[in-house]
Amino acid sequence: MPVFEVFRQERKGQPFAHAGSIEAPDAAFADAWAREQYGRRGESEALWLVPRESIHAVTDWADEFDLKYRRVDGYSIKSRLKEARERAGSAAAVDS
Amino acid sequence: MDARTEEFLAYVQEGGQVEATDWLPDDYRQKLIKFIEMHGNSELMGVLPEREWILKAPTLQRKLALTAKVQDEVGHAQLIYRVAEDLGKPRAQMLADLVSGKAKFHNVFHYPTKTWGDVGVIAWLVDAAAIISQKALLKCSYAPYARIMKKICWEESFHILHGRDVILAMMTGTDTQRELVQEALDRWWGPLMQFHGNPIARDEDPMWLWRIKSQGNEEARQQFLEGYVPQIRELGLSVPDPNLRRSDDGVWTYTEPDWAELKSVVTGHGPRSQERLAFRARFLEQEQWVRDAVLAA
Repeated sequence: MPVFEVFRQERKGQPFAHAGSIEAPDAAFADAWAREQYGRRGESEALWLVPRESIHAVTDWADEFDLKYRRVDGYSIKSRLKEARERAGSAAAVDS
Repeated sequence: MDARTEEFLAYVQEGGQVEATDWLPDDYRQKLIKFIEMHGNSELMGVLPEREWILKAPTLQRKLALTAKVQDEVGHAQLIYRVAEDLGKPRAQMLADLVSGKAKFHNVFHYPTKTWGDVGVIAWLVDAAAIISQKALLKCSYAPYARIMKKICWEESFHILHGRDVILAMMTGTDTQRELVQEALDRWWGPLMQFHGNPIARDEDPMWLWRIKSQGNEEARQQFLEGYVPQIRELGLSVPDPNLRRSDDGVWTYTEPDWAELKSVVTGHGPRSQERLAFRARFLEQEQWVRDAVLAA
């Protein structure tokens, strides 16, 4: 029997988060079933039911280059900032 | 232990989580299946002591609340079995092992519910003991299980409140009602103290080493006592253990629970074990037509 992954939205505007899976023969069953399991108390804003076979997972990443230049942690401006401030004569460098 | 398994062990011990599609060491997978299966079994069997009281509940509101609780628990069982099935054990096999006695379920669900006091004590204190273990599972190294625990913990908190409400209605009622609660507590205290399992040292517990459990058995029991003994006492109830004591550094000491009783009960020799398993077996057979119809759809 097909498995449907359940993604649940808690409140409007929030992301859909994975909340488990259900087994159902088709989408109609999955719909009825998920409403029971995840909506009994009106606790979900919305659900996305996705047949597991429709999910294309991406989990392995090419790792040939150092990608630091694309990220915030790839830059350390503290010492240069200090130097620039001193040159411009602004207040003594502040300890962070 | 081979290198790959050692790497896996280090990873989970540092807080790493894994998914169903990741490589899992055989021992990890087997232990995980057994643990999750027992949890699913417990949710499914756990409804039986309470189900008995739906028709006998004193008010319509209580009937509705009990029915809702039972519905939640069965839903939990289904979610949990789903997770175990993804690890490799078919659901039909798990249900077969349950009714044959091959697989276990928690001790507390092998005992009778003699009075309405029992119903309150179960929903309040048994669910409280369970939620402590379940909250710890939110950090389980196996992510699909940790994810469904979110929903389960959230729903269990309603159950506890319902239980407390039932107890409070009686504790603010007549002397007879208060005695009913105390009497139920007297009978349930033993199983409650056994619930978290014997105090195997964390570093000797494979469930901790694999970070399937994120706390030791004794840690869980201590948390239960710390949280709930005050709640029990503030209602004027007494805990039926004369040796129960809290030291200045917050450690509870108590009469050693009857571990022989625990072992006997979980291996199917509890007062209601066989009766409830027979009930479950009968319904599995009776409802085969539903499964057949769904599978044919």
